[in-house]
Amino acid sequence: MAGATREWSRFDARERLFRIGGALVAVAVVVASWEWLDMSLQYVTTAPAQVGDLLGRMYPPDWGYLPNAVGPLAETIQIAVVGTIAAVAMAAPVAYITAENTTPNRATYALGKLIVTVSRSVHTIVWALLFVVMFGPGALAGTVATAVRSIGFLAKLLGEEIEEINFGQVEGIRAVGASPAQLLIYGIVPQIKPALVGLTVYRWDINVRAATILGFVGAGGIGVQLFEAIDSFAWRTVSALLFAILAVVLVSEGISAYARRKVR
Amino acid sequence: MATESSSPTGSAGAADRRTWQRPTAFRSRRVKWLVYGIVLAVIAWSVTSLRITPGRFLSGFGYGYELINSMLPPETGQENLLRLADRMVETIAMAMVATVAGIGMSLPVAFGAAENISPRPTYYLSRGIISVSRAIDGLIVAIVAVIALGFGPLAGIVAISFKTIGFFSKLFAEDLEDIDMGGVEAVEATGASRFQTLVYGVVPQVVPRFAGLAVYRWDINIRSSTIVGIVGAGGVGVLLQRAYSRYEYDYVAAILVAIIAVVLVAEFVSAVVRRRVQ
Amino acid sequence: MLETEKLGKTYPTGDEALRDVSVRIDGREVVAMIGPSGAGKSTFVRCINRLVEPTTGSVRLDDTELTALDDDELRDARRNIGMVFQEYNLVERLTVMENVLSGRLGYVSNWAALRRNFPPEDVERAYELLDLVGLDDMENKRVDELSGGQRQRVGIARAVVQEPKILLADEPTSSLDPETSRDVMELLTDIAEDRDVPVLINIHEVDLAEAYADRILGLHAGELVFDGPASDLTEESKGVIYRGEEPPESAATDPDWLSGASDESSSRNGSNAGSDRVPAED
Ligand SMILES: Nc1ncnc2c1ncn2[C@@H]1O[C@H](COP(=O)(O)OP(=O)(O)OP(=O)(O)O)[C@@H](O)[C@H]1O
Ligand SMILES: [Mg+2]
Repeated sequence: MAGATREWSRFDARERLFRIGGALVAVAVVVASWEWLDMSLQYVTTAPAQVGDLLGRMYPPDWGYLPNAVGPLAETIQIAVVGTIAAVAMAAPVAYITAENTTPNRATYALGKLIVTVSRSVHTIVWALLFVVMFGPGALAGTVATAVRSIGFLAKLLGEEIEEINFGQVEGIRAVGASPAQLLIYGIVPQIKPALVGLTVYRWDINVRAATILGFVGAGGIGVQLFEAIDSFAWRTVSALLFAILAVVLVSEGISAYARRKVR
Repeated sequence: MATESSSPTGSAGAADRRTWQRPTAFRSRRVKWLVYGIVLAVIAWSVTSLRITPGRFLSGFGYGYELINSMLPPETGQENLLRLADRMVETIAMAMVATVAGIGMSLPVAFGAAENISPRPTYYLSRGIISVSRAIDGLIVAIVAVIALGFGPLAGIVAISFKTIGFFSKLFAEDLEDIDMGGVEAVEATGASRFQTLVYGVVPQVVPRFAGLAVYRWDINIRSSTIVGIVGAGGVGVLLQRAYSRYEYDYVAAILVAIIAVVLVAEFVSAVVRRRVQ
Repeated sequence: MLETEKLGKTYPTGDEALRDVSVRIDGREVVAMIGPSGAGKSTFVRCINRLVEPTTGSVRLDDTELTALDDDELRDARRNIGMVFQEYNLVERLTVMENVLSGRLGYVSNWAALRRNFPPEDVERAYELLDLVGLDDMENKRVDELSGGQRQRVGIARAVVQEPKILLADEPTSSLDPETSRDVMELLTDIAEDRDVPVLINIHEVDLAEAYADRILGLHAGELVFDGPASDLTEESKGVIYRGEEPPESAATDPDWLSGASDESSSRNGSNAGSDRVPAED
């Protein structure tokens, strides 16, 4: 008994050491980072003033510009819609091979994991850079970038959902003499449908935000106008555009949240 | 679940056939078709106005092949790799500083956004800040910061900190809302001031969650930090943008590989640490 | 008529779950299969519709040799075998009616299945069965909103709507409370009589088996050690089934020991012919 207690306390001490050590390392790394970046403190202290100055120049927003933004904003939403749907279509098979209970073999499993990892580790804007080379500037490149970036997210979460399937329900359908397609329709789809709809709508919402910046690299959407306005120091136009983006993003977030609450 | 049952006219009537239609999750069948119609219309409208044609798509694959050809093999020149390493360290340093700065600024917002401890006006103000921070993409903030503060890591740090506020405050506020108020009341009952209540009643309960969230956000910030340079806000993205605009695609490939590696390592570290602190 | 001949199953893990089980079930018999946990009861019923592939022996349903069928033929054959599961195995997110109608999937196209477009006769039959099992007006409830007893009734309705030639039930009562268990057993025995199908029920509660079954099969360690009318289930035979005791005298060599003299211990409601039971309240 006494031995067990001693074991326990030793483990506790090690744990505490780990925590204190971890915290110290973190602090050291942050301090070292600060040194490395070599930012003079004076420069940093003037930053708030400069930002304040900028905000002053943004006021009042140039609401008159907004009618010109309607088209690009619509394009932003369209990129998110088409990109998300294409992503779902491509993610479904990837999810199938990424789920441990449905993947055919180790090789397909590894392939699925690779696709998920690469898709998720490369940011939308980088994918957009690459697809602009392929498809030329414009919304097509942005749409493909959005789709490719979303595959990993969707496949990963959908795959986890497939792993959770209750096979008893499938077996119940199999026992009545259903065809393989009917097994899918009746036994599997009802089980993953809420997740599928929820994830799709959620990803669409994320993609609306992501699509606002595609224009910075010429891949379509409202980012093109925003970039031009910033480039020409038209700060009042910038603030109007930012408000418009905020409104669109909040509305799509609302739609997405509502839809996800509805399906269950 | 709203259902209009296709009601049987009486259990005894064996002669009259009862029909059945699948009930709908929508208010009525008409609403269902309306919603489906709207969704389909939005999709059709999107596809047509984006003018995505098979032709454009296919010709893109030709260029894609060329692109991949010019990316392989990735650049391995000594000098370029050194520059890459240098920028990568800058990237990580930016993420570190931005995480600390962002979380520092998040704390008051998080406490303000926790419904159980915050007074109404503060609550709404904090929620507003969170919404704005979450809605505006980091690159937009970065590009504005570059104009305001000049090229370099400071702009990147500002942008990443700004995004950290929305994320961290929102999730941390949820943790604060979940705390056990019994402990808080016990401290309050000793006659502690509001600040003392915070320190003794609330803080001990949320430290593990705080640490977990901080590490999680650090992981995300590493990712953001690799790309803010595309608009000139420091880090390895600067290099990426430069190589890209000079058509040095083999160097682009090397940079991408480095980014993926760093992102994966950060994700791994974050996962390990989060498991330890829970 | 269901007939198994020397049915055996050895799992890939090496467990021999079933050895040479030969049984014949006819008419409108209610047969209860009892036996300790791990005796192979589930394996036996699952081998019948080949949810589990038997390794040896054969299964015949009327004139069809089930063990000789290919995948397509097996699907068609499964339409004639209704199955009720311990854990219900209903599609939780679908409505009661969709679950009952799923018993007709073997008869409709994939497209019709997708649209839930079943022939009116099927719908009518489903309604009648819902009335029978006491779930009238519940057709549009989702299964995950139902209680265990209600779910099992849906499970039974799904099996019966198939118009099967035999009804299999794998521990249909073990997730239910005693009262509901009796209701479910009563329902199953009524169905056997009214629809003229044999019912094979795996069950742990011996008293329920004695009360409701016409005939009892006893399984021990994968082997059939008892087969006889419920009234013949003596303390000795329970010992054989549950503790693997050697049967008394030279019974093992004498095929007739099973149907031997009745004894005092099974004096409870002896006659289980079903015909004298009142139908479920409607
Ligand atoms: N899928 C399987 N793989 C390997 N062995 C199995 C499998 N299913 C069952 N078995 C083994 O087969 C034997 C019989 O199991 P079975 O489930 O048929 O028993 P049972 O009589 O239904 O038991 P219970 O009353 O607990 O449900 C057991 O020893 C079990 O371990
Ligand atoms: Mg069993």
